[in-house]
Amino acid sequence: MEKFLSDATEFFPILLQGVGLTILVTLGSLLLSTVLGMIWALMRVSEFRVISAISAGLINLIRGIPIIVLLFYLYFVMPDFGITLTALQAAILGLGIAYSAYQAENFRAGIEAIDKGQIEAAQAIGMGWWLTMRRVIVPQAVRIVLPPYGNIMIMMLKDSSQASTITVAELALQGKLIASSTFKNTSVFTLVALMYLTMSIPLILLVRHFEKKSQR
Amino acid sequence: MIELRDVHKSFGKNEVLKGITASVAKSEVVCVIGPSGSGKSTILRCINGLESYEAGDVLIEGARVEREAPSIVGIRTRVSMVFQRFNLFPHRTALENVIEGPIYVKHEPRSEATARGHELLAKVGLADKADAFPGQLSGGQQQRVAIARALAMQPKAILFDEPTSALDPELVGDVLSVMRKLAEDGMTMLVVTHEMGFARDVADRVLFIDGGVIVEQGAAKSLLSQPQHPRTQDFLRRVLHPL
Repeated sequence: MEKFLSDATEFFPILLQGVGLTILVTLGSLLLSTVLGMIWALMRVSEFRVISAISAGLINLIRGIPIIVLLFYLYFVMPDFGITLTALQAAILGLGIAYSAYQAENFRAGIEAIDKGQIEAAQAIGMGWWLTMRRVIVPQAVRIVLPPYGNIMIMMLKDSSQASTITVAELALQGKLIASSTFKNTSVFTLVALMYLTMSIPLILLVRHFEKKSQR
Repeated sequence: MIELRDVHKSFGKNEVLKGITASVAKSEVVCVIGPSGSGKSTILRCINGLESYEAGDVLIEGARVEREAPSIVGIRTRVSMVFQRFNLFPHRTALENVIEGPIYVKHEPRSEATARGHELLAKVGLADKADAFPGQLSGGQQQRVAIARALAMQPKAILFDEPTSALDPELVGDVLSVMRKLAEDGMTMLVVTHEMGFARDVADRVLFIDGGVIVEQGAAKSLLSQPQHPRTQDFLRRVLHPL
C-alpha cells in the first residue's frame, strides 16, 4: 500500500496530462455524436421514405463497424485519399461518428414516445414541422432521452481510451507508456482505473438525477 | 363557411367516407351524430387537413383544403380543433398552452397574446388556473383550456371531436356550457358528439352518419324527435334508451 502511494504521487502528474486529453476527446466526440445523432434521428422520423431509408442505412453501417476499425480508417487510410488528420482530430471524429448511431436511436425512441395527439394538436394550431419539433416534440422528448444519454456519456468516457490505438496520449496510453518503462504494472493500472472511475462517478450521479427527474 | 362536396376517404381498402356532401354556414352550429366507426371524426380531420382525402372537395371560405399544400397553415389558423383527449401540451402551463399559437404561429406580441390568454381562460371559467400544468387539472378543466387554446387563434370556426367523450360524467356539464356560450356568441361550430341533449338544445342542424354516408340531416329538434330513416330511428333509440 505504501509502495502504491509513493508510486501514485510520482505518476499522478504525468497521468493527469492524459486525463486532459481523455476529457477533450470525450467532450469533442460527445458534441459531434449529439449533433450527428440529432440529424440522423430527424431524418429517420421523416415522412419521406427515401430520407428515412438513407438514415437507417447510415445508422446500420456505423453500428456494424468496430470503433477501432473506424479509427484506423480515419487515421491510416484517409491520408491515401489526401485527407490527413491529426491523431486527436481522427479520434474525436471517429468516436463521434461511431456514437452518433447510438445517439440517433436514443433520440428516435424519445421522439416516437411522444403521443401522436401532441403532433396533431400542434398542427391544428398551424405549426409546421420545424415549429412542432422545436416547441412540442423536442422539449418533451428530452426528458425521456436524458437518462440513456447519460449512460452514453459514461460509455464514451471509457471508449475514449480506444484513441490510444492511434497514438493519442490520453489516460490509457500514458498509463501504458509509464508501465512499460517502469514495469510497475500494478500501481500504474490501478491508478489509471481509479482515475477513470473518479471521472465516471459524477456522470453516474447525473444519470441517477436524470432518472428521478424523468419519473416525475 | 365550410363546404364538403362528395368527399371520399379510404384507409387502405376500407372506405370510411363514401361521398360526403355537407356545409356549415357562418354562425351555424352543426352536430354530427352516428355510431362509432361511421366516419364522423374522419370528416373533421379532413376539414383541417389532419387527414388527406382521395376525391371530392373540402372548402373553407372557398379555399380548397390540401394537406400537403403550404396553404394548410392559413386554413388551420382559421379553423381550430378541439380533441377528444384534449391534447394539451403537458410541459406548458394552461396560459402557455393558450398563447403558444398566437405567439409562435401568428407572431403576435407576447404582451398582447398574454392579455388575451388571461381573458380567454376567464371566459372558460379558469382564470385562477393560468399557471397550472395540464397534469394538475381535471379532464373537464383540461378540455376547457383546450377550448381557450382553440379560441386564441381567433378562428372563424371550431371543430369539436367528441369533446366530452373522455370525461367523467360530472365534468361534462362545464364543458358543454362553455360550448353553449360560444354558440350564443355566434361561433361557427361543427361538433361530433354523443350528447343528444346538447345537440337538441344548441345545434341548428344535425347530421346522422352511418357507414360513411349521411343517412339523414335536418333541423336539430325535428331530426332528433322525429327521425325519418329507420337507421336513424334505431340509433337514437339505442342512444336515448340504452336499457
